[in-house]
Amino acid sequence: MKIHEADAKSLLVAQGLPVPAWAVARTPTQAREAAVQFLADPGNATKKVVIKAQVLVGGRGKAGGVRLASTPDEAEDVAAQILALKIKGLPVRRVLVAPAAEIVKEYYLSVLLDRATKRLMFIGSAEGGVEIEQTAVENPGAIVYEHADPLLGLPDYAARELAFKVGFGRHWKAGASIAKGLLRTMVANDADLVEINPLAVIREHNADGTPVERLVCLDAKITLDDSALGRHKGLEELRDLDAEDPADVEARRYDLTFIKLEGDIGCMVNGAGLAMTTMDLVHRAGGEPANFLDIGGGAKADRVAAAMRLILADPNVKAILVNIFGGITRGDEVARGLIEARAQQERDVPMVVRIVGTNAAEAAKLLEEARFVTADSLDEAAAKAVAAAKGAAS
Amino acid sequence: MSILIGRDTRLVVQGITGREGEFHSRAMLEYGTPLVAGMTPGKGGQTALDGRVPVFDTVAEAVRETGANTSCIFVPAAGAPDAVLEAVAAGIQTIFCITEGIPALDMIAVVEEVRLAGARLIGPNCPGATSPGRAKVGIIPGSIHREGRVGVVSRSGTLTYEAVQAMTDAGLGQSTCVGIGGDPVVGTQHIDVLRLFAEDPETDALVLIGEIGGTAEEEAAAWAAEHLPDMPKVAFIAGRTAPEGKRMGHAGAIISGGKGTAASKVSALEAAGFRVAGSPTELPRLLREAGYRD
Repeated sequence: MKIHEADAKSLLVAQGLPVPAWAVARTPTQAREAAVQFLADPGNATKKVVIKAQVLVGGRGKAGGVRLASTPDEAEDVAAQILALKIKGLPVRRVLVAPAAEIVKEYYLSVLLDRATKRLMFIGSAEGGVEIEQTAVENPGAIVYEHADPLLGLPDYAARELAFKVGFGRHWKAGASIAKGLLRTMVANDADLVEINPLAVIREHNADGTPVERLVCLDAKITLDDSALGRHKGLEELRDLDAEDPADVEARRYDLTFIKLEGDIGCMVNGAGLAMTTMDLVHRAGGEPANFLDIGGGAKADRVAAAMRLILADPNVKAILVNIFGGITRGDEVARGLIEARAQQERDVPMVVRIVGTNAAEAAKLLEEARFVTADSLDEAAAKAVAAAKGAAS
Repeated sequence: MSILIGRDTRLVVQGITGREGEFHSRAMLEYGTPLVAGMTPGKGGQTALDGRVPVFDTVAEAVRETGANTSCIFVPAAGAPDAVLEAVAAGIQTIFCITEGIPALDMIAVVEEVRLAGARLIGPNCPGATSPGRAKVGIIPGSIHREGRVGVVSRSGTLTYEAVQAMTDAGLGQSTCVGIGGDPVVGTQHIDVLRLFAEDPETDALVLIGEIGGTAEEEAAAWAAEHLPDMPKVAFIAGRTAPEGKRMGHAGAIISGGKGTAASKVSALEAAGFRVAGSPTELPRLLREAGYRD
């Protein structure tokens, strides 16, 4: 699950990481109030505020979602404009307001789950502020990789080593401490990724006006492990429902995995690998899948009916392909669910059903009595569904 | 022979008295698997499966009393990492963890402990393995198999069934079929299973089934090209039509930053001498084209 920058920053602060002050505003007036406070702060070296759209997609800056303001009036105005934006289809409901930092140097530091080594891995670079993927292509030598120990995490010496390798210079102590803090954030919240870009040396002013530099997390991106949300109070509330299709919410309720796609052939399958394969075979037969849908193992009739409703809620769907390889899942249960779902269904969409494995014979009997179009092989089922969507089949 | 499980397997099922555990234990026993013990804390001294299997409080006791050497875990996600550690501590060498939905970070230390103990973990979130005619451990339906000499390794559950059924229908039997699981952190990866197949005198051909996400298929392909140049090899990769940045059901099935695409896996496999099928049903034909005769 992705979470917003402002929420990610709160998780960092909870682990003691240095993050400059910020405020979240839902209205231009709130943005103005925050700006008044940050502009009056004697430590604010730029005498400006930055206003950032809180949306769960990249490229906010290019879309006009990150802008500066020098006065409360301007902040209010800019916030109003950003709050009216849609960035990559997502409405901006909140903005983050913070003092605009005077950046001395930008770094990159992240921790992620490295599948190949089955360990957590730090990625660091003295070339921050640009996408790490871009650095990886243009200047791979500028990236430092360091694995955490699977049992010990990141001992102090390893954190120092990492800090020296990345090249934090005289800020190496802060760099090492931040690296340890990112790992704590990862573990405390069961994150898959904690990414700070930029991690920056910024210049601020002391009360007497003398400049002071420190290393801080200027931006934050965190994604959380969906499997672990249940054991962390409050994290589920960080889910941004705007960034989801309404179908996603419905799918979660019935323990279905549903991803909407652009095609017109609805797919209902048990098992993630087989669901992807079914989509691929629809494509291969000349059609396009309308969705990925895994009904999981052991689905009963009600879950099948809910899956059918989800598929039919998409007006693009012209045909439905049901592909079930029964193991834990019993074919006759699925067949009953399909019959029930069809009885309730308001829209008449052709359906091709293929059920093999556990209780397939019982399923076949039920489907035949209910006059469903069936198929023996997956290839045949895909071809029939594509033909039905094109109106070629009766 | 076969790999991982076979005639020498003595299986203990952790969580045998749960609904899933009991259902699948029965199927394993009916398949002929040497299921010698069950384990559920607090139910030691009882029996499971109509009195056919003794139940113990701890894995250590099950090992002591029955000589169990292989474990299959049906414990819910919250207790499954601990169940793996218990099996390791009891000296079990081959551990199958069927449980899905285990937080990925929990598995990091567990996988390390398994490695340090010199044991092997398959899964989590995996369907298990079958050595046809000898033993099946996990949830793969026994009926889809046929005895033979093709080794099958896959990340997935039902997709594996699809591929294995296609092979069986075409008369191609299997030495062992292994489902390694779709989670980001799994104990055993494709390459590890290929290493085992390479040493098995009864495996003469390979079927590798993968999906988008990560680079495990690419690594396995490179290894096979070097170490198994003459063995007939075929593969199937799911997710050619999966969009970037979306998790396709399996926690590990995600294309990110342009990495882990089906296209890159297919080209790596082809470069390594695998024939890559466009549909699981093509696997038997491609195996024969690759020179496999059973």
